[in-house]
Amino acid sequence: MPATKLSETVVHDQASRVFDLDQMSLRELNQALHNLAAGSNETAWEVLNPKGNHSVAVGVDQPITIDVRGSVGYYCGGMNSGSAITVHGSAGPGVGENMMSGSITVKGDASQYAGATGKGGLLVIEGNASSRCGISMKGIDIVVHGNIGHMSAFMAQSGNLVVLGDAGDALGDSIYEARLFVRGKVDSLGADCIAKEMRPEHLELLQGLLDRAGVTGVKAAEFKRYGSARTLYNFNIDNADAY
Amino acid sequence: MCGIVGLFLKDKSLEPQLGSMLSQMLISLSDRGPDSAGIAIYGAPSKNEAKITIQSAKPERDFRGLEAELAKAIGTPVTITVKSTHAVVRAKPAKIDEAREAIQTLRPDIRIMGVGDVVEIYKEVGLPEAVVDRFDVRSMTGTHGIGHTRMATESAVTTMGAHPFSTGADQCLVHNGSLSNHNNVRRELIREGMTFETENDTEVAAAYLSSQMAHGKNLGEALEGTLSDLDGFFTFVVGTKNGFGVVRDPIACKPAVMAETDQYVAFGSEYRALTKLPGIDNARVWEPEPATVYFWEH
Repeated sequence: MPATKLSETVVHDQASRVFDLDQMSLRELNQALHNLAAGSNETAWEVLNPKGNHSVAVGVDQPITIDVRGSVGYYCGGMNSGSAITVHGSAGPGVGENMMSGSITVKGDASQYAGATGKGGLLVIEGNASSRCGISMKGIDIVVHGNIGHMSAFMAQSGNLVVLGDAGDALGDSIYEARLFVRGKVDSLGADCIAKEMRPEHLELLQGLLDRAGVTGVKAAEFKRYGSARTLYNFNIDNADAY
Repeated sequence: MCGIVGLFLKDKSLEPQLGSMLSQMLISLSDRGPDSAGIAIYGAPSKNEAKITIQSAKPERDFRGLEAELAKAIGTPVTITVKSTHAVVRAKPAKIDEAREAIQTLRPDIRIMGVGDVVEIYKEVGLPEAVVDRFDVRSMTGTHGIGHTRMATESAVTTMGAHPFSTGADQCLVHNGSLSNHNNVRRELIREGMTFETENDTEVAAAYLSSQMAHGKNLGEALEGTLSDLDGFFTFVVGTKNGFGVVRDPIACKPAVMAETDQYVAFGSEYRALTKLPGIDNARVWEPEPATVYFWEH
């Protein structure tokens, strides 16, 4: 029997699986993740040597944990549905893009458009996120321990973006109904994004998000809330000259 | 897309490995651009000679006998080292401009890739690995270098459309992105007396920086000028005789990541390009900020 067959058989019986991307291809990893059946006892996965590879653990749809030991490239955890992914390093562009549910935690920094178009789940960036964080978010919750870059939450539709640090220029440009909570300074607000009153229900919501993201020593009352002024929802004839 | 890399060594003990380190970085980004690839290496300076990197589509015809003819034409010895379609011409620094003119008279089909005291530039159509092998880049030594793998957008897939572009002595530039006002800027620079080899947008960026530095600006100030004078998408990595710089446009959608240790400063379009550098696990790794100039000088 070829050696690879043997190791597959052995590994298959274990509840935890280790994939070393120096030894196996990314496609083998993702295929193995996609082959998981509901109720599988292989619930703890570990990925070694990701070395900036793209699309690590994309499209997972089972409630497993995946620990990625190192930094990843584009689209890590994209379309995640129910798994809990931890990146023990930094993430390239598009981490958690279009996440449906589950969670992704990045121990380091995240590059551009973290959580873009995400429909659900929780994305936690323990370092800084870059530009366009939460662009077009559609229900995802994003908690960034550090700062976020410019054009974050552009056209954000729903969900919550929580930033413990500062936000770059044009935060929430053309925002719909997402809620943005920023503890530090905001370089500038984008079109139709305004500061809003923090009511008790927002404080409660925010505290829940901070708790879920494992944030301690920070009070919900330290944040400001931003959201849509809703003036772009309908065409205003006074703006006709602008077109 | 396109992939760009840069490596600026602080630790002299790494200099013999510059070519192999930079080659590995560039090859790791091959899937960002399969059209053509190029590399510029800044070697050890010499008081006695300057260099011209030349290229010919017909090297057997154009390089044969050139050494003797050129020496005769400029009245001083020259050496020519041929590497595939490229060759490096070495002559006394005081004679280098004369040599350049003489080459163009003696062999009108030869293209000048770059001129300077230390820089050598190699670029061709093909994948990074093929280009690196063709010019034996891995064996090259030096203090710093930049590289590019191209997915063409603004001009044809040709050797001359490949990066790096060099428009001034020991100056060169690689670019990820596309410029939208390059025709206007090219016209202005032509009026100033700059010359262009191609219709390529990146050559305009290189010439813009050369022009700024010719007007007395340092590398950092010249890079600062790109933010107001060049319109479009860009991440530039730039080399000068003793310097290395990076700038991204204010929108910054072209990816970039940098790493710094006591031994080097490295740039890659992606982190993938940096993973095999020594000590990378403990390096300071960061994404360069939009509209912010970074530069280092020896």
